[in-house]
Amino acid sequence: MTAARTAVPSLDVRGLAYAYPDGRQALFGVDLTVQPGERVALLGPNGAGKTTLVLHLNGILAGGAGTVTVAGLPMARENLAEIRRTVGIVFQDPDDQLFMPTVREDVAFGPASAGLRGEELRTRVTRALDRVGMSEYAERPPHHLSFGQRRRVAVATVLATEPEILVLDEPSSNLDPASRRELADIVRALDITVLMVTHDLPYALELCPRAAILSRGVIAADGPTARLLADETLMRAHRLELSYGFDPRSVPAAPGRRAGGS
Amino acid sequence: MHVPDGFINAPVSLAAGATAAAALAISLRGARRESAAGPATALGPHPESTAPLAGLLAAFVFATQMLNFPVAAGTSGHLLGGALAAILVGPFTGVLCVSVVLLTQSLLFADGGLTALGVNIVLMGVVTVAVAYGVFRALLAVLPRARRSVTAASFAAALISVPASAAAFTLLHAVGGTTDVPTGTVLAAMTGVHTLIGVGEAVITALTVGAVLAVRPDLVHGARGLAPALKLRVGGRLVDATTVTAPGPAASASSSASSSAVSSRRVRLAGLAAALVLAGGVSFYASASPDGLEKVAADHGIDAKVRDHPAAGSPLADYGVADLTDPRLSVGLAGVIGVGATAALGIGLFHLTTRNRRRRRHRRRRPARAPETP
Amino acid sequence: MGGAHRSHHRPGHSPVHTLPAHCKLVAVLCFVLAVACTPRTALWAFGLYALLLAAVAALARVPPGLLARRLLIGVPFTAFALLLPFVVPGEHTTVLGLPLSVPGLWGAWNILAKATLGVTASLLLAATTEPRALLLGLQRLGLPAQLTQIASFMLRYGEVVTDELRRMSVARGSRGFEARGVRQWGVLAKTAGALFIRSYERGERVHLAMASRGYTGSPPALDHPAATRTQWAYAAVLPAAAFTVCLLGVTL
Repeated sequence: MTAARTAVPSLDVRGLAYAYPDGRQALFGVDLTVQPGERVALLGPNGAGKTTLVLHLNGILAGGAGTVTVAGLPMARENLAEIRRTVGIVFQDPDDQLFMPTVREDVAFGPASAGLRGEELRTRVTRALDRVGMSEYAERPPHHLSFGQRRRVAVATVLATEPEILVLDEPSSNLDPASRRELADIVRALDITVLMVTHDLPYALELCPRAAILSRGVIAADGPTARLLADETLMRAHRLELSYGFDPRSVPAAPGRRAGGS
Repeated sequence: MHVPDGFINAPVSLAAGATAAAALAISLRGARRESAAGPATALGPHPESTAPLAGLLAAFVFATQMLNFPVAAGTSGHLLGGALAAILVGPFTGVLCVSVVLLTQSLLFADGGLTALGVNIVLMGVVTVAVAYGVFRALLAVLPRARRSVTAASFAAALISVPASAAAFTLLHAVGGTTDVPTGTVLAAMTGVHTLIGVGEAVITALTVGAVLAVRPDLVHGARGLAPALKLRVGGRLVDATTVTAPGPAASASSSASSSAVSSRRVRLAGLAAALVLAGGVSFYASASPDGLEKVAADHGIDAKVRDHPAAGSPLADYGVADLTDPRLSVGLAGVIGVGATAALGIGLFHLTTRNRRRRRHRRRRPARAPETP
Repeated sequence: MGGAHRSHHRPGHSPVHTLPAHCKLVAVLCFVLAVACTPRTALWAFGLYALLLAAVAALARVPPGLLARRLLIGVPFTAFALLLPFVVPGEHTTVLGLPLSVPGLWGAWNILAKATLGVTASLLLAATTEPRALLLGLQRLGLPAQLTQIASFMLRYGEVVTDELRRMSVARGSRGFEARGVRQWGVLAKTAGALFIRSYERGERVHLAMASRGYTGSPPALDHPAATRTQWAYAAVLPAAAFTVCLLGVTL
């Protein structure tokens, strides 16, 4: 990554507030900055507004108050296409993400929408499927895959668009231990900015050096993951409890990469 | 319900196919407008959400048809879904959903003939949805603005839409039927049976619409405008949302024209009542002259013979009651339903066009939607 | 309708399977049209049509049992056809003491014969063609891409939505609910309502996922395999034979 890019944060969210059309308000003024190359965990209990925040990061939701800036681009209609190329979101339910009849067509959907055709498109698809180890399933219909496989294909569909920022919404939910580890290996091997939204605290500690806690629609804490997890009162105040027998002080924290500015 | 191959002759089938194609083309454009105008998606107005939404809703209609509603003694029925689709997602998206279901059923499951696909789409996709939506809108225009009115209007819409589709079948049969059954008989038998089916459809539709209204009223296309305006709370104080999703057409209609609404509502109510009375009376007396059905019965003594074998166990027993016991009454009833439905359709169309005009005016006044706040 | 909602597709590599979907669609449509135009008095013509379909079924190696089983599922309109001999005016004949109308009998035969041939032809098409290929075939024949897209979404999520319905029914059943009559309709309708909300919200989420990957309203172009002249010629055999039979039926 070039020096010019390091100067501009990958994600810059300021004072973001949002209410759904049915009147339910989910965000109450969120501030969050993520530097290029960082891996950040966004922690929060159920209903904290995590998914709502995610949907603001590529302009799918808009129209509340506050600003979102992606790699220096302010969220505006004329920047939407560029922003959606820059930010790749892996949604929680792979069934929502895999809407095409076969795995290959689904992975091709993003790059094809961006105008890629022919040989270039094919290489892009093959490379994305290789990165998640799903190449041999290219011709299968997504609903015939296991849940873990579907989640991996969902990651591939986003990687195929070659995003600079990868946003994962509850990546470890519903995964068995082996699929969890496989997904962790895939994420670790990526050389891009990652924002991982989760309430799976050990997973966050394993993968992300930095964490932010989103609670009741605002960022309640922001700092090194190990330190946040070790602060019992803070964690309990935001309905984030460590699973039985897990002590964040007893395991090595995720190695920081050339983290820009945490 | 699905008309098979060979029931309607080739020219009329092809003509129905052309009509269906035209209706689908109109619906495709209308559906884009519906998803663009709706509060429907979390994204607010998004015309390109038509395909995934309509696809999922077609899957919903398809799945609902598998939900069995027990009637009595081991028999059960299922929802046809035309009226439900029209009310929940709007008439154009409704036509698309039902038509896609019919298309896949015909192609993948051989339900309904390939050459009869146009006929089936016209009858079950277009007529059912259009009549249901017309009745629904007409009733909402005269009923007080309340959640209960939406449920009541759904009941009436579903009730009338099913025999209306049967009446449309009779029309197609009269023009291009391959059998020589007198039109009066077909009309009486078809509308008679389908009025019964319509009662079940109406109960289920009203209950389902009620169930959705209780949880997510914002999703019910036919109940738009019952939602309050949006306020945001930032740091303890209330702020207006910079852009709100387009207010429901009904809301803008009621606020902009509240004074004239009462009088025009009365006029429309009177018109509807007059049309129904006329239709019922006219067809009752028209059928009093010994035409079609009765003439046939008298000439060939079918009625007497039929009554001699009431327990023969033939399917005649089912149809015979609706068919022959009091043809005058059933034709009269069919008349009420048919003409009432047509009138309602007319009113509904009128309502639709004026609403569109109003919305266009409204849109011009409103500043363009900016996705970002300063 | 009824509960038989599983695709009839039988994968295979027969000459019928390998024909492009749009050729088969045109062939079946023309065949059924020819059948529909045949005068009902030409009994032998319908026998020939049945033979033609039997030949196709044998070529495609579709088991006759599959076709027979599907044909047995009654269509409501069969009842209508059976009613015709009683309600159609005209000269009467007496069978087993029942007065039957002669034109009514012809009408019933006409509907039953044509509907059966139509269903069999459609079944053969469905059995030898993948559902998705059928949709693409339709698009190739001019069906608007938007409709094909809606239909593919329906195919993709039909199973997902039906599964949700099944899970809800299991949840109802395991809490002791049993739908016995009209009184339980309220609960069933709530199920339908909940299913609608779930489907709608999934539709929204699918759209979110599409929008995130740069979807702006038009589906990405797909490369259709074009049909060769030979393939068209093969596909034309069935309708050509049918039209010949039909012409003979009209003139003889």
